[in-house]
Amino acid sequence: MAAITLDKVEVAFNGKTVLDRLTTELPPTGVTALIGPNGAGKSVTLRVIDGLVAPNSGSVRISGQRPPRRAFVFQRPVLVRASAAANVELALTPLRITRAERKARARAALDRLGLSARADHPATLLSGGEQQRLALARAWAIEPDLVLLDEPTANLDPAATELAEGLVDEISRRGAKVVLVSHNLGQVVRLADDVVVLSRGRAVEHGPTRAVLTSPRSAEAQAYIKGELPWTFFAAAS
Amino acid sequence: MLDTFNETIFRLATLDRDVVSIAALSLRVSLAAVGVGLLLGVPLGALVAVARFPGRGAVVALLNAFMGLPPVVVGLFVYLLLSRSGPLGAAGLLFTPSAMIVAQTALATPLIAALTRQIVADAEANLGPQLRSLGLSAVRRSAVVIYDVRFSLVTVALAAFGRLVSEIGAVLVVGGNIDGYTRTMTTAISLETQKGDLSLALALGLVLIALVVAINAAALGLRGYAARAYGSA
Repeated sequence: MAAITLDKVEVAFNGKTVLDRLTTELPPTGVTALIGPNGAGKSVTLRVIDGLVAPNSGSVRISGQRPPRRAFVFQRPVLVRASAAANVELALTPLRITRAERKARARAALDRLGLSARADHPATLLSGGEQQRLALARAWAIEPDLVLLDEPTANLDPAATELAEGLVDEISRRGAKVVLVSHNLGQVVRLADDVVVLSRGRAVEHGPTRAVLTSPRSAEAQAYIKGELPWTFFAAAS
Repeated sequence: MLDTFNETIFRLATLDRDVVSIAALSLRVSLAAVGVGLLLGVPLGALVAVARFPGRGAVVALLNAFMGLPPVVVGLFVYLLLSRSGPLGAAGLLFTPSAMIVAQTALATPLIAALTRQIVADAEANLGPQLRSLGLSAVRRSAVVIYDVRFSLVTVALAAFGRLVSEIGAVLVVGGNIDGYTRTMTTAISLETQKGDLSLALALGLVLIALVVAINAAALGLRGYAARAYGSA
């Protein structure tokens, strides 16, 4: 449970505005998808929510009784030169659980993502798809309140994508808030409860997934979805 | 000339006492200096890589410039520091192996710190956001980054050892090239060549070259191992 309120968030890199007084409120549960063209500010929005990027102005509030336990899955998996299991265990060190519990949870997470046989394998030598599954396993193992996913299945084959989507669904059903950046509108339809359309650093539309994708109101959302829909949405729907 | 070669081979083949003891002292001094240099230089380099503070650019420029410090000048400063009238004169270290370790540590530390800074900065740029996102403490983040670049740091240590074992300026100034006490391979080669004992000089020269070649081979082997074991060094 973590409602996220972004209020007039402004971010600029080297004088170039990336988020332009972005204002939106994401519901405390379910999966929210951030969609929009390249350069719209989707990844930066995730980083602002995670606290990795401090806004130049505006505020980010995340509701909840305690600071949310977060998990961020980046577009390109970031792994330490250690075994797959060690990478998951490292993510569990801030949780104040015993070493034995860490090991058990890491094994369970690897098992969940079909990586049991790779547990002792160097993480950086896994295939691109396996590395991304490992990053997802790490996120799953944390049992997070808030999960931020930046195109998590961009490098995955269809079978691994299905596995990853099942995992995201499971994390969401466990009560975590999921914010997903994806260009795959079929995936957005399958996973997201609501959709925020970003364009040039602003939220131009926010509503239930089907409503936004089938009858977008703003010109920017219409243009983006028109460009994307014929390839992915109907393929997913059929 | 042929006699010199024959004598050199004889000295090496019979593990001549002078050759062995001088080489052993060189190794002891340079290995100790690399050890202390790693203890000081790795945390310093890592700190400069990840911390943001006023004047950081100047510190980076200084570290990089200090990588190329002339050993003889470092020796001179350490000499002034350790000489009887210097601030650390009371310790009585001048013209001892300890003084040579101090001087070589002063040479090694900026080299190790500057190389570590670059390596850690690159790794931090890659790992930093993920590690911060996981909520790891600053200390643990630094430890993870240093662990991630461990193979590169071993290469740094080997590079530092290569520089130290083959330098002459610093050890000569603070050690004094005392026979059987502070005579290293480089100072001995210089002296024996002047005295005309070319076989000892040549034998030590060959040991030194063998060491440098071995260090480079070890660095290469390590890179190969790291690439096989983890995909990159």
